Amino acid sequence: MKPTDIGNAEYFHKVVDCQYACPAHTPVPEYIRMISAERYTDAYMVNWESNVFPGILGRTCDRPCEPACRRGRVEDAPVAICRLKRAAADNKGSLEGLMPKIPRRKNGKNIALVGAGPASLTVARDLMPLGYKIDIYDDQGKGGGMMRSQIPVFRLPPAVLDEEVGYILDMGVTTHFNTRVESLRSVLADDYDAVFVGTGAPRGSDLDIPGRQEAAARIHVGIDWLSSVAFEHVESIGKRVIVLGGGNTAMDCCRTARRLGGEDVKVIVRSEFSKMKASPWEKEDAMAEGIPILNNHVPRAFLHENGKLTGMSFDLVEVRYDDTGRRSLVPTGEAVEFPCDAVLIAIGQENAFPWIERDVGVEFGKWSVPVVDPRTYQSTNPKVFFGGDAALGPKNIITAVAHGHQAAISIDLFCRGQNLHDRPGPGVTLISQKMGMHEWSYDNGVSDDYRFKVPHADPALTLKNRKLEVELGFDTRTALAEAQRCLNCDVQTVFTAATCIECDACVDICPVDCINFTPDAEESVLRSSLRAPATNHEQDLYVSGPLIQTARVMVKDENVCLHCGLCAERCPTGAWDMQKFLYNVTKAGQACAPSKR
Amino acid sequence: MTYQRPNFRHPEAPVNTLGFTRRDYEGSISTLCAGCGHDSISAAIIEACFGLPVAPHRIAKLSGIGCSSKTPAYFLGRSHGFNSVHGRMPSVATGANLANQDLVYIGVSGDGDSASIGFGQFAHVVRRNLNMTYIVENNGCYGLTKGQDSATADRGSKSKKGSANPYEAIDLASVALQLGATFVARSFSGDREQLVPLIKAALSHSGFAFLDVMSPCVTFNNHEGSTKSYIHVRDHLDAAPVDFVPVRDEIRASYAEGMTTEVRMHDGSVVRLHKDSGQVYNIEDRQAALRAIAEHDEAGRTLTGLLYIDRDAPDLHKVLGTSRRPLNSLKEKDLCPGSKVLDSINAGLR
Repeated sequence: MKPTDIGNAEYFHKVVDCQYACPAHTPVPEYIRMISAERYTDAYMVNWESNVFPGILGRTCDRPCEPACRRGRVEDAPVAICRLKRAAADNKGSLEGLMPKIPRRKNGKNIALVGAGPASLTVARDLMPLGYKIDIYDDQGKGGGMMRSQIPVFRLPPAVLDEEVGYILDMGVTTHFNTRVESLRSVLADDYDAVFVGTGAPRGSDLDIPGRQEAAARIHVGIDWLSSVAFEHVESIGKRVIVLGGGNTAMDCCRTARRLGGEDVKVIVRSEFSKMKASPWEKEDAMAEGIPILNNHVPRAFLHENGKLTGMSFDLVEVRYDDTGRRSLVPTGEAVEFPCDAVLIAIGQENAFPWIERDVGVEFGKWSVPVVDPRTYQSTNPKVFFGGDAALGPKNIITAVAHGHQAAISIDLFCRGQNLHDRPGPGVTLISQKMGMHEWSYDNGVSDDYRFKVPHADPALTLKNRKLEVELGFDTRTALAEAQRCLNCDVQTVFTAATCIECDACVDICPVDCINFTPDAEESVLRSSLRAPATNHEQDLYVSGPLIQTARVMVKDENVCLHCGLCAERCPTGAWDMQKFLYNVTKAGQACAPSKR
Repeated sequence: MTYQRPNFRHPEAPVNTLGFTRRDYEGSISTLCAGCGHDSISAAIIEACFGLPVAPHRIAKLSGIGCSSKTPAYFLGRSHGFNSVHGRMPSVATGANLANQDLVYIGVSGDGDSASIGFGQFAHVVRRNLNMTYIVENNGCYGLTKGQDSATADRGSKSKKGSANPYEAIDLASVALQLGATFVARSFSGDREQLVPLIKAALSHSGFAFLDVMSPCVTFNNHEGSTKSYIHVRDHLDAAPVDFVPVRDEIRASYAEGMTTEVRMHDGSVVRLHKDSGQVYNIEDRQAALRAIAEHDEAGRTLTGLLYIDRDAPDLHKVLGTSRRPLNSLKEKDLCPGSKVLDSINAGLR
């Protein structure tokens, strides 16, 4: 097998599972170690640099990092990465002097951001320190976009939102709130050097089945209803509520309905429980509030009497998979009816651009989605960039932030007349953690604790008061213990073949049998012949060149390495070393010359 | 320094036929120097006991004094153990074995422990054919006292300070052969492929099984000019590969006709030797074994592998005609069978 090229930053990047899985590539173990050291402010700033909204994401993130966490493969459950982020935000000190300096003298370029959600705000955050002048437009009265209109306040308190949106707007962004942009042409006519569209996916899908028109008064589209609640246009709902849909919006709808007078609230979903799009923890939280989730029910009709909604009928289906694994819902012939006073439809959402004229150079593809370069986020009109849900369809906040960073790089390159595809490489450092014979500058002990639960406020109170936050967050002691569960996957096991004397000490000490010295072979052969077979093909094998004494090779299966450093501790010649790998996605303006890595 | 291994193990770690994982055979974390050959031997013992398999509670490990004799703390943490006086492990092993022959005895000793202070004890345990596995972790120096030459250091081998050893070396394998050992093997701590099957075979042998294992002292005897360094040993090794096939496995691998010799042990397991690399004499011929060792030695090479085996020699219990049952299971009725039995004994002496 070809020896591993650790000079390629992507190799070790992939070993840091959480960071690799994060769309914004936040250096997770780095900030978790800071929490262990009670350096909450530093931990917050590491997050802020990377994902812009630590307090918000610490409560609402979709957490792609957690299913990826190595701890989940070694033990039972991943590290509570998301809630540790919140712990950093909750306990941070003053940020004075830590925020980037905004140059008084501007660089003469004007940028318009349409929509004030996470994508646009990220673009503003990255471009303001470079001297850009930025106008931001939104039809709401405050910044935040869907984070304000769609995420219920019992999950995300407005104070947290205001604070983190404020850090960006306070950089001197010119806000045009309560201003709905009705025409891209007119924005372009305003002589902006670039326009960024971060208008999200504001159109909730409707359900066109019999009775929809007749009973319309008590049937609401989920995201519209949530924003009506957020802006206090709606303060109550009927006692019996049916929520249609299996995503996170459905979970927000049902839990909000519980707080607005809904006593018998049900979530009814077409698919199976395991195939629902909602995050597992959001389903758990909903069920913990006494909300049943009924699966394999396909809506048939809204039932009504005299123009008043009385219930809904459903066809029961069975899930079947054909030989190719394709899923189909087969009717069982059975039908059920549920009486109800209101229905919330949360079956999906899409982006919509009625305000973009079709002749301003922005090309639209299938389903009226703009054609956007997935690397540069530039549209077919070189001046117009897209990001967040508006660019590639509905995803989540952290993806919007990642888009924002990349779009900011593109806009900066574009305004300086450079090639958008010649993008700066990541900033990477790899530094030995050795402090003495057997001492490391990171805490290499491995905690045996199971994942700690985040305490919740008393449901008797939270179900009565929509504005009371449900999750209380970790206290500092629990945060410390949870932080200790992190395996420090960014502290890499770096092997130097030239100094190895093949004494096997590392093989013997490794608690999880990941190190091997073996005759070289093809990857498939190696994978099956190791001490513990390497069956997880998503995880790489770290392979050395031939060793001096026996011409065997060192093969390490990265899959369940605990990064405990024992291989390096037991190595007599320092052929193994523990080196901290820090990978930072380069932001706009940081690199003077694009790297060729 | 890390004093405790993390408790997590590979989620798909193999389980042996007794239901144990390797972890059940581990000991506490080693405090020997990083890279010590002894740690590799500990790992090989773990691997052999796990793979054979022997249940951990059926093993007794015994040792004397020295780096080697510390190692029983680092393997088989759930087995019986006795760390005895310098060079006196054979006496303690003899006593323990006579009291309870149901356990599997593993003695771990070093070149100082066996070839100097305990040389007399070593000689007698060999000639009595005590049923045990006796492993000498041979590094040619006194590592615990900063690396003085030991009795197995080769003549001319240089110490870390540069002085050459003026004395002739004791070759424990040859000595064991001359004293009538019934199983003699030599190996190298860095050759796990050979060492693990050899330990398995030694554990399966009924009688005294002697294993001389070259085990480089990474701190005091791993330099240029030493004949017991990793690189010197590897360069001068004539290793005869050994396979061990446990009783329950059928023999699947096929080799070219005439290229292998199979030695069937009394418990039904099979040790398979390969002729293509050095194993050219009959390993049941004691004199041939001694000659082969000497010839390789003269050529400046070290022969490793299973050197000699005598499967039929009676072990000490058979020689003495001892009780088959462990002493701790003998009740008063067994020990004091009454006046009738006494009378019949007396009658026999009249």
